Amino acid sequence: MAAAQAMAMVPGLRLVPAEPEADAAGLVRLGIWCLRYAPLVALDPPDGILIDVAGAAHLQGGEANLLADLAARLERTGMSACLALADTPGAAWAVARFGPGGIVPPGGTSVALLDLPVAALRLPPEIVAALAEVGILRIGGLMAAPRAPLRRRFGPEPLLRLDRATGAEPEPLAILAAPEAPRAALRFPDPVGSPEVLGRVVGDLCTRIVPDLERMGLGARRLDLVFRRIDRLDQAIRIGTARPSRDAAHLARLLTERLPQIDPGFGIEEMTLTASRVEALAERQLSGAVLGGEPEAVDLAALVDTLRLRLGAERIYRLAPVESDWPERAVRRVPALAAPLGALWPADLPRPARLLAAPEPVAAMAEIPDAPPLFFVWRGARHKITRADGPERILGEWWIADGEAERMRDYYRVETEAGERFWLFRDGPMEANGRWWLHGLGEA
Amino acid sequence: MPPPRSSDPPAPAKNVLAELRRLTEPALEARTTDSVLPFGAGTLDRALPGGGLALGALHQIHEGGPRGRYAASAVLFAGGILARLDGPVLWCLHSRDLFAPALARVGLHPDRVVYCETWRDTEVLPAMEEGLRHRGLAGVVGELTRMALTPSRRLQLAAEGSGVTALVLHRVCAGESAEPEPSAARTRWRVSPAPSGSGGDRHMGRPRWRLDLQRCRGGAPGSWIVEACDAQGRLAVPTVLADRQAAPERPALRRAGGR
Repeated sequence: MAAAQAMAMVPGLRLVPAEPEADAAGLVRLGIWCLRYAPLVALDPPDGILIDVAGAAHLQGGEANLLADLAARLERTGMSACLALADTPGAAWAVARFGPGGIVPPGGTSVALLDLPVAALRLPPEIVAALAEVGILRIGGLMAAPRAPLRRRFGPEPLLRLDRATGAEPEPLAILAAPEAPRAALRFPDPVGSPEVLGRVVGDLCTRIVPDLERMGLGARRLDLVFRRIDRLDQAIRIGTARPSRDAAHLARLLTERLPQIDPGFGIEEMTLTASRVEALAERQLSGAVLGGEPEAVDLAALVDTLRLRLGAERIYRLAPVESDWPERAVRRVPALAAPLGALWPADLPRPARLLAAPEPVAAMAEIPDAPPLFFVWRGARHKITRADGPERILGEWWIADGEAERMRDYYRVETEAGERFWLFRDGPMEANGRWWLHGLGEA
Repeated sequence: MPPPRSSDPPAPAKNVLAELRRLTEPALEARTTDSVLPFGAGTLDRALPGGGLALGALHQIHEGGPRGRYAASAVLFAGGILARLDGPVLWCLHSRDLFAPALARVGLHPDRVVYCETWRDTEVLPAMEEGLRHRGLAGVVGELTRMALTPSRRLQLAAEGSGVTALVLHRVCAGESAEPEPSAARTRWRVSPAPSGSGGDRHMGRPRWRLDLQRCRGGAPGSWIVEACDAQGRLAVPTVLADRQAAPERPALRRAGGR
């Protein structure tokens, strides 16, 4: 449609001259920015980017969080994007552009593709038109059609694209090179693949990258290790550290931990280690050796990094006091390597060793209001109370939420005949038919 | 550390064994004699080789009584031991029911404890081993439902190597694993709640535990009634019972040759 005709149809239409070269440069910039999510990024001109998040999504707290974060950041810069995550680049492309977007569960690729138009397979328009002539409109139709006649009539293209999308055929990507960053690479004369060799190379690369970091006064916060396979199906692992580090042995151990994820295929011909995120680290790191007579503070960074990598960052933490009378609010998580806070809970209040996540209802009997109960029945077992203390009354923290003002609990510490200690509470005055609950076990 | 008398082999082989031991265990011997943590309660320390709990070794702690799943007394027993050591602690959790204020009340400051959420035994064991390789930690605690012989050997070796003390808290459902599994742990404790002080009033005193040392390499089993950990993690023998051991619940099982 000519511009003049369009302007005639839509009054006030704003015309912007096309700038394909500026667009291409912008796509490269955006691709480099996407390296924050994973080490393997490929451009899909004119308007697409493919990110291989395998082995990297854990640093963003999983695939769903990664996608949400990417969407939010793109939106903030004013870009509208369709995002999808799937087992293969082809499937992600199809679902992003022709499907609902979002995450296709592992193994669900074929199902997700079934109802999409054949154009979602990145086929040229003439092949799409030719397929439509024989009644194949959806990918499901293409999957169901006999393969040999398809190949005779339409050439290898439709089947190759289909196989790449379903994962039956691998798809090499043209990987975007990361910009200037401390880097070490090793190219092998013969392809390697055994875990022992890869482990040795990892150690070697780490010792090579450390002098660079040292010279620049930097420590690595994130390392990308890219494995170039001879069949061009590159793989990568990415690790993060809780503190900037240039301890070669420590970095090597973190990378080695992830090595089993790598499938060397027919062999790896080159490995590149990039410190893709760095932070200033001035002083030399001291090893764990004892210096002089001073009791040194133990550096937990190496241990915390290893556990974070293995279990997930959110599963390693310290606990710190919160000023609240409500036991379930008295504790908050702080980062494992945070500076010591020195804070403690009130020392004069005995507390249970185990606090049930949800208090369990018990049947209890007290003689007079505000007196501790004489016995209670929990999970069908009756416990006779021989000693007790209480009540410790806590009131709703009305400044937190509406409805808090009416909440109250009367806590009783009790000891049973057997010497077991429990923490019971009544959620209202006895006159108001307050119910009894068991909240904690043991006592210190 | 000599093995129990009953398991000594006949004389000729003994020389070979002694020679082997001389060659392989000097470092180990030095450690076991050097680093122990006394409980500060005479009758307890006398039962333990070296006069206290061996550091840089694996110890198992069970909860007696019907609430084995929560191991509420065992947690505090472990916390009291770690409170009296220096350095950070790695605590591998089995579920989210540990209440940190109670640990602080037996002297284990929250700044010292790094928690690690390991929901399954298969995650706890490698995390513990990782921690045990890290010199300078006061100790590593793992809440486990069960521990087979091989993992216990791995933990014991890692603990010996670094000098970090390993405590395994067993969380078992009632009725499970009545017969303890063989293990390479240096000691095996059972902590059970016991009725507190004999005063006539109904008010709460310091909690009491019945402490059973069920197995101890190089030492004899024993049972005690103790006052639970105080704010510094120390146990105490109640004054009324000071010179009296608790009567053994049943004859301690000692298989010939078993350690």
